Amino acid sequence: MKYLDEYRDPKLARLVLDKIFESVSRPWSIMEICGGQTHSLVKNGILEILPKEITMIHGPGCPVCVTPINLIDKAILLAENANVILCSFGDMVRVPGSRKSLLQSKSEGSDIRIVYSPLEAVKLASQNPDKEVVFFAVGFETTAPTNALSVVQAAKMGLANYSILTSHVLVPPALNALLSDPESTIDGVLAAGHVCTVMGFKEYYPIAKKYKTPIVITGFEPVDLLQGILTTIEMLENQRFDVINEYGRVVEKEGNPHAMAIINEAFEVSDRKWRGVGNIDNSGYQLREKYQNYDADLKFAIKMNEVEENAECIAGSIMKGQKKPIDCIHFGKKCNPENPLGAPMVSSEGACAAYYHFSHSLFQNVS
Amino acid sequence: MTFKEHYRFSLNRPAPTLDSDIITLAHGSGGLLTNRLLDNGVFELFDHSELQKREDGAVLNLSGSVAFSTDSFVISPIFFPGGNIGELAVNGTVNDVAMTGGIPQFLSLAFIIEEGLPVADFWEILLSIEHAANQAGVKIVTGDTKVVERGKGDQIFINTTGVGRLHQRALLDSTRIKPGDSIIVSGNVASHGMAILSKREGLEFETDILSDTQALNDLTVKLLDEFGHDIKVFRDPTRGGMATVLNEIAGQVDLGVALESEELPILPAVKSACEIFGLDPLYVANEGLFIAIVSKKVATKMLDILRGTEKGKDASIIGSVVEDHPGKVTASSGLGGKRVVSMPIAEQLPRIC
Repeated sequence: MKYLDEYRDPKLARLVLDKIFESVSRPWSIMEICGGQTHSLVKNGILEILPKEITMIHGPGCPVCVTPINLIDKAILLAENANVILCSFGDMVRVPGSRKSLLQSKSEGSDIRIVYSPLEAVKLASQNPDKEVVFFAVGFETTAPTNALSVVQAAKMGLANYSILTSHVLVPPALNALLSDPESTIDGVLAAGHVCTVMGFKEYYPIAKKYKTPIVITGFEPVDLLQGILTTIEMLENQRFDVINEYGRVVEKEGNPHAMAIINEAFEVSDRKWRGVGNIDNSGYQLREKYQNYDADLKFAIKMNEVEENAECIAGSIMKGQKKPIDCIHFGKKCNPENPLGAPMVSSEGACAAYYHFSHSLFQNVS
Repeated sequence: MTFKEHYRFSLNRPAPTLDSDIITLAHGSGGLLTNRLLDNGVFELFDHSELQKREDGAVLNLSGSVAFSTDSFVISPIFFPGGNIGELAVNGTVNDVAMTGGIPQFLSLAFIIEEGLPVADFWEILLSIEHAANQAGVKIVTGDTKVVERGKGDQIFINTTGVGRLHQRALLDSTRIKPGDSIIVSGNVASHGMAILSKREGLEFETDILSDTQALNDLTVKLLDEFGHDIKVFRDPTRGGMATVLNEIAGQVDLGVALESEELPILPAVKSACEIFGLDPLYVANEGLFIAIVSKKVATKMLDILRGTEKGKDASIIGSVVEDHPGKVTASSGLGGKRVVSMPIAEQLPRIC
């Protein structure tokens, strides 16, 4: 496949890896922001072949993992309303709420549909005028354009029975929060290519400067990630704190203006709570006033009490990069994909799931 | 799917005239309408002596060891790119019998139809069953038709059971698997699962990917004729894909399975679709290929023979059985690292981004 196979070429990867070995002279910790990057690092065995000086810290870029637990409960409550069809992205449905997951609710009889695009949910709303169709709109900047588009489209079609339950979060404010944490050990950052595809990367310059932390935008294939690590190491070794785009085949500095325009049409920036991390100012999206009729939160006005996270789960520390999945005493034992204690074990972008599914040497110790 | 793709067989062989365009409860009630459906549909198509006797069951003439397998088919959608539930029901059971080293000869065929199924669709399914049975060289000798109320089923469910004598040279037994044995896959992986996904409500995408549904008994018989005891097991990696079958085998024999990711045959369109949906092709369903675990000494020759056939032209040696990591399956990454291919927990779901 063009633009994929080249970036999986073992020879090229080896060449970049050799350069990393040549460049590194002392220990560095690099955070990859996105769960997709984490999965690729683990799946391709890159963590095993990097020089021992380099520690990869797994970041919070797993949309499913940062969706607050009471919002999942809220989605389940909505789905249990016989008049509601709840639509969700696939990997949201296994994430445990405080009582159960959406998948469990579905087997109990709730009408929950897995869709690939929120526009499918809009279609369902127009086909089922007697039902309320709610789309569980979670994600980072990557899913924001289509989620926004679904609302704009529904408004154009005059659909009164479509709404979205929003948990949209943004990367740069979270990165700011992580780097400003006095306990942060992050020396360099691999920014997520897909997020920058939508938003560009201008927002990262002040962050790199303020925290003296080089930021490199990467793709998700082995060569992309190795090249990102190399560029980060070279900047760190030379005390350069810049932003470099190593995903030039996809990412433009200004982002995708069409996508940003549609986001801007439907959403405005708001404070958001991140599961495991806490409240971060201006770190998410909410629907603008003119689209309030499409806000499931307002439409159904469900009051939820704050619920406690499972105390045994260290997902928060993992999301902040302070701990690794294998630091958890429950990893692979009490907590596994069948019976997860927290979201990172079930999401396809969760760090715990990556370690559980793909990590050969680590997995042997826990089974 | 276009009309032409949907009605591949019945376009030139229109359905017999019944009293109704849809199947109704009366068609399954055992009375006149049932007979009309059977007379004009089933019996006319599957025209051979065992079935025409119209007894409650068939009397078969079998001797020696007999292979025997059953499977139920509940696929949704019932018509999909490259096939429909009918041929799937024939091929699936034919393949299950073939995987035991059997030579499938006879099938039973039982329908559970939800009231409201268009007769035209049922007819198309019947014709495709006839076609698949002819292709696989099996006779349908007994069957049953039940109709359930609307909402009590999902259009149509089919159960088939297959029997056939065991191939004389077959000694398929996973306990005979030894470290060093080669693992061969007979064709491109993940096509069926991605063809189905492309038509599933909420996930539709435009693609030319076709299901690989096909009978494999001609291939397994050919290989058993040639290699006999050097074949340790055949398995067809249907639901749960290659990862499930290989993990099952590794668990049964307490040996490791080491796959070479680069050797996995997959069509470019299927690979792209898997990338887009974030699915691992090793976990995606197949309906027309098998995995063979064979003595290393015959692997290359077997590959040559397979590649000389139409159904096996994309066959590949994808790895070997190893003493390392007993009970686990690994895949090399090509970068020197490797990963565990774990047993799937549940159906893979498309990811968010």
